[in-house]
Amino acid sequence: MARKDFLDIVSLDREEIIQLLDQAEPFKDLFTRSVKKVPALKGKAVLMLFYEPSTRTLSSFEVAAKRLSADVTTFDVPSSSVTKGESVRDTIDTLQAMRADYIVVRHGLSGQPAAIARQTGASVINAGDGAHAHPTQALLDAFTLREKFPEMEGKRVLITGDILHSRVARSTSTILRKLGVKVAFLGPGSLVPKTASPDIPRFTNYDQAISEFGPDAVYLLRIQKERMAAPFFPSDREYHNLYGITDERLRQLAGEGTYIMHPGPINRGVELCDAVLDYDRCLISQQVENGIAARMSVLYGLKPQTS
Amino acid sequence: MSIALDQSAISTALSRLADQLFLDAGTDTIDLVGIRRRGDEVSERVAALLKEKGANVRLGVLDISLYRDDFEHLHENPLLQSSEIDFSIDGSRVILVDDVIFTGRTIRAALDAIFDYGRPAAVELAVLIDRGHRELPIEPRYVGATLETDRLDHVRVGLMKTDGEDVVELTQK
Repeated sequence: MARKDFLDIVSLDREEIIQLLDQAEPFKDLFTRSVKKVPALKGKAVLMLFYEPSTRTLSSFEVAAKRLSADVTTFDVPSSSVTKGESVRDTIDTLQAMRADYIVVRHGLSGQPAAIARQTGASVINAGDGAHAHPTQALLDAFTLREKFPEMEGKRVLITGDILHSRVARSTSTILRKLGVKVAFLGPGSLVPKTASPDIPRFTNYDQAISEFGPDAVYLLRIQKERMAAPFFPSDREYHNLYGITDERLRQLAGEGTYIMHPGPINRGVELCDAVLDYDRCLISQQVENGIAARMSVLYGLKPQTS
Repeated sequence: MSIALDQSAISTALSRLADQLFLDAGTDTIDLVGIRRRGDEVSERVAALLKEKGANVRLGVLDISLYRDDFEHLHENPLLQSSEIDFSIDGSRVILVDDVIFTGRTIRAALDAIFDYGRPAAVELAVLIDRGHRELPIEPRYVGATLETDRLDHVRVGLMKTDGEDVVELTQK
C-alpha cells in the first residue's frame, strides 16, 4: 500500500528510497521530449502552502506538479491569513474545503507538516520544516550523486558549513547513510554540534577533513543568516578563508576529481568562489534539474485519501 | 485452464506479423514501438525476423503507466520504467506493438503517449493476439493470432525473455 504523506527520510526504508530514485529516472527522461508533460495527475489539485519564503523549492514543486498535469495553486501565506491571525488548523480546514489532493508545506516549525498530515486526507509533502527535515532535497541530492556513482556504497561525502541550523544536513546525511554512503561534517565548532549523530566524523579544520576523510563529493551548505540571532563566526571573509571553496582549494579538488554540491541559493564569496560555478564537476545546476524529477517521483508515489 | 497457443503456435504468430509488416513496408524503414511489458519483447522478436528478411528496422519501447485511465482505482501507482525511443518519430509511420489487445484502453493510452514524442505521419497497430471485446473504436492492422474468448475469461501471455516460456493460457470464468 502506498504512503499518504512524505514527511521525512528517517521513516523510509532503503527499498522505498531506491524505488523513489528509480522512478525519478523516467521522469527525468521526459524533460528532453517535445512535450514535457504527462497526464498522470490530471484533474488533481496541488496546493502550495509556504509559511517561509522560498523561490527555488516552491517553483521546483510547481514545475513538478504541472508536468504531471495537476492544477497548482500557491497559497500565499505571509501576505494573507497569517497576518490576519488565522491559525494553521483553520487554514487547513479552508484548504480541505477547496478539495486539495496534495498539500506541499514549508513551515518554520519542526513537525508542522506532520501535524497537518494528521488533520487532512490530502497527501502532505514536507518542503522543509524548521531545522527538522527537507526530504525532497535529500532525495534529489541522492539522485544526483547516484548519477555519478551508480554504486553508492562506500562513497564519501563531506557536508560543510552550518550543520546546526540545517535541515538539509539532517535529511541529506540520513538518506546518504541509508544508501551506504559515508558522511562527515565540517564547519566551525559553533555550527557543528557535538551532540548530533556521534557516529558521523566531525571536523573543524578544512585541510584535515580533506586529507583524513578523502571525500568523493563536498556538499556545501548555505550560511543561513536568517536563522542566526547572533553571529556564529566573525565575518563572511573569515568563513570563506577557513571553510569556503577558494580558488586554491578548487584547484586541489579538481586534481582529485572531487564533485561539489550545494542546495542553493549560494552565497558567492562565502561558501564558494565564482570559479566553482564553472567547474566541470560542480553539480549545482544538475541538482536543480533533478529536483523536478525527484519531486515528480514523490508526487506520483503518494496516494491521497481524498475520495 | 487450457493452453491456447503453445511455443510453435507463438512462433507462427510472430512470423505472420513479420510477413505482413514486411509486405506492407516495401523498402521503407519499419519503426516498431513496443508497449511495456511484453509488447517490447514481441517487437524485438518481430524485428529480428524482419532483419532476417533484410528489412531496416528501428525499435523503441513505450511505457504507458503515466497515461493510464484507471489511476483512481489502483491502490498503488504502477511501477514506472523509462520509455526508450531513440529516433525522431516526426513524419514516421509508427507501428505500435503489444502482446494482447482486449478492451483497447492500453492502446488509447499509448496513442496519447506517442503523440507527446512528436507527430508521426501515421500510427498502426500490431498485436500478437486479438482476444476481442473492444470498448473503444480501435482495431489492429496486423494480428498474429485471434482467440475466441468470453469477456470474463483471463488470458495469460508468457514470453521467453519476460516469463521464461512461450505460452498463451486461457482460463474460463
